Amino acid sequence: MVPYLFLGFAAMLVATALMVVLHKNPVTSALFLVLAFCSLAGIYLLMHAEFLGMVQIIVYAGAIMVLFLFVIMYLNLKHDIETGVQTAVRRGLGWGLGALLLLTSGTLLTRGWSMGPVLAELPAQGEGNAAAIGKVLYSRYLFPFEITSILLLVAMVGAIVIAKGRKGPEGEGA
Amino acid sequence: MIPLTWSLALSAVLFTIGVVGVLVRRNALVIFMSIELMLNAANLAFVAFAQQMNSLDGQIFVFFVMTVAAAEVAVGLAIIVNVFRLRETIFVDEINLLKG
Amino acid sequence: MAELWGNAVFQVAFWAILKVGIILFVMLTVVSYLILAERKVCGHIQARTGPNRVGPFGLLQPLADVGKLLFKEEFIPADANKVIFHIAPMLAVFPAIVTLSIIPFGPPPMFQVTDIQVGVLLFLAMSSLGVYAITLGGWASNNKYALLGGLRSSAQMISYELAMGLSIIPVILEASSMSLNHIVDAQAGPLQLYGLTVPFLPNWMLFKPHLMLPFVIFTITMFAETNRAPFDLPEAEGELVAGFHIEYSSMKWALFFLGEYMNMLVISSIAITLYLGGWRGFGPEKFGIIWYTLKLAAFIFFFMWVRWTYPRLRYDQLMNLGWKILLPAAVVNVLIAGIVVYWRAHA
Repeated sequence: MVPYLFLGFAAMLVATALMVVLHKNPVTSALFLVLAFCSLAGIYLLMHAEFLGMVQIIVYAGAIMVLFLFVIMYLNLKHDIETGVQTAVRRGLGWGLGALLLLTSGTLLTRGWSMGPVLAELPAQGEGNAAAIGKVLYSRYLFPFEITSILLLVAMVGAIVIAKGRKGPEGEGA
Repeated sequence: MIPLTWSLALSAVLFTIGVVGVLVRRNALVIFMSIELMLNAANLAFVAFAQQMNSLDGQIFVFFVMTVAAAEVAVGLAIIVNVFRLRETIFVDEINLLKG
Repeated sequence: MAELWGNAVFQVAFWAILKVGIILFVMLTVVSYLILAERKVCGHIQARTGPNRVGPFGLLQPLADVGKLLFKEEFIPADANKVIFHIAPMLAVFPAIVTLSIIPFGPPPMFQVTDIQVGVLLFLAMSSLGVYAITLGGWASNNKYALLGGLRSSAQMISYELAMGLSIIPVILEASSMSLNHIVDAQAGPLQLYGLTVPFLPNWMLFKPHLMLPFVIFTITMFAETNRAPFDLPEAEGELVAGFHIEYSSMKWALFFLGEYMNMLVISSIAITLYLGGWRGFGPEKFGIIWYTLKLAAFIFFFMWVRWTYPRLRYDQLMNLGWKILLPAAVVNVLIAGIVVYWRAHA
């Protein structure tokens, strides 16, 4: 059952991700990206990462992509239709490099590589994924966690300052 | 249990799609979305390894990556909005002020 | 056939689909009668009787309404983004229906489709997806009033989601679980107050002093999340004609309406589960569904009462309330609840 579900979600993920890159209308691209994130959340659920699956939807689909949509609507963009030799060259190069990258990773995956040591027992199976993550996050990773809060604060201040634009001495918007 | 190779292959495909998106498109917003795709490909690999190694450290990393992605999007979109105000375009091949 | 019945996966799927079917049927019926109830409540608050022509006491009014909507002409603006214009109304209903699957309507496992460990997070995730319907509906209509309504609503829902999420955290701390079943179980028996047992009062989260303010905040954000008065700015008739659904007609418009009432039901159910003991009440456990229905009816009446009593907030007032009052209050409350839980665990 689980492998079939995984294949289904994976197919949806790849298809929607391709549509993000291929579609001409940025709003449609953004919506396909939301679908891609939702199918990724489904894959996380299959991998017993329930907490991450839900956080993926809350953070990516619920917050980040809404922000994207908001900006796209605010900027009132036209369709991205481009022609000319330069575009064709860029497209060809882009897809070629992509194929090369895929080939490299395929070679890496199929040739010899091995996993490091696997932990003997599952950490805290009974109490659920969220509780286990919380315990690790607030003990071993407490310092990075606090740093992240500062990072978010910096980003918040930065976003407000940048988006507000420069103000003249009389307070006129730039 | 999903085989590790499957998840890693999916992650590689997703990452490649993101890279192609950055290389092929010229709309700054779509490029940004492709970067998000790449971040998510890395997240998928982290979760796959976490599952394989019976460890939660990979999932914690994904948690941090998501936080960083949220911060990055907030600042990045603010920059894009500002660029649009100045130049009336967000096509990266038309934003060439530094080229002189 | 017997072999298929013996298959464990098939059994799980069969019962889940049966429960989903029953819940959907009951909820859709309830929603159509909620619209009648809304008009009746509105009528009596305004000292008139409300609809009473179709059937006894107007009880067949929902049927007449649905019939009318089905036969109305469907109108799509010429410059609308057709695909997104069609998808948006579906998105209005989808998150609410998904959330219904985790709500314990009565003693589990019979009265619940499934219980997941991160139930509260699923609710938050689905309510954060609710923004899309309104924003996209407003944008795809290619109408300035619709766009304004859509943008207003996305700003409003994002702002109030934060306060809502933070007001749930004290409950999670108190129950030390994110599963809705565990949260309901944590509210069983008489009230436990800092080591004292208070008779005659149930052990609901609402009655604990450090959880009263979160309940108030949750109730306020509830109105904002469902876009109902006094927070119905996205569809403010006076300023935006009808807001995001101005270009919608016929069944698509009805889907938006269905979504609004479904959201109301879901969010009231979550409020009951988190703060009012869920299906728990006096008497044996099998009366759970009755208690649940009573609480839900009371909550829905409260929704309608507020809608027809309070005037709409101005946009700046709404943002001030969300960011400068509710959010800091919720943060302080998380701190207080954390201290209380820590003190109880270590004292």
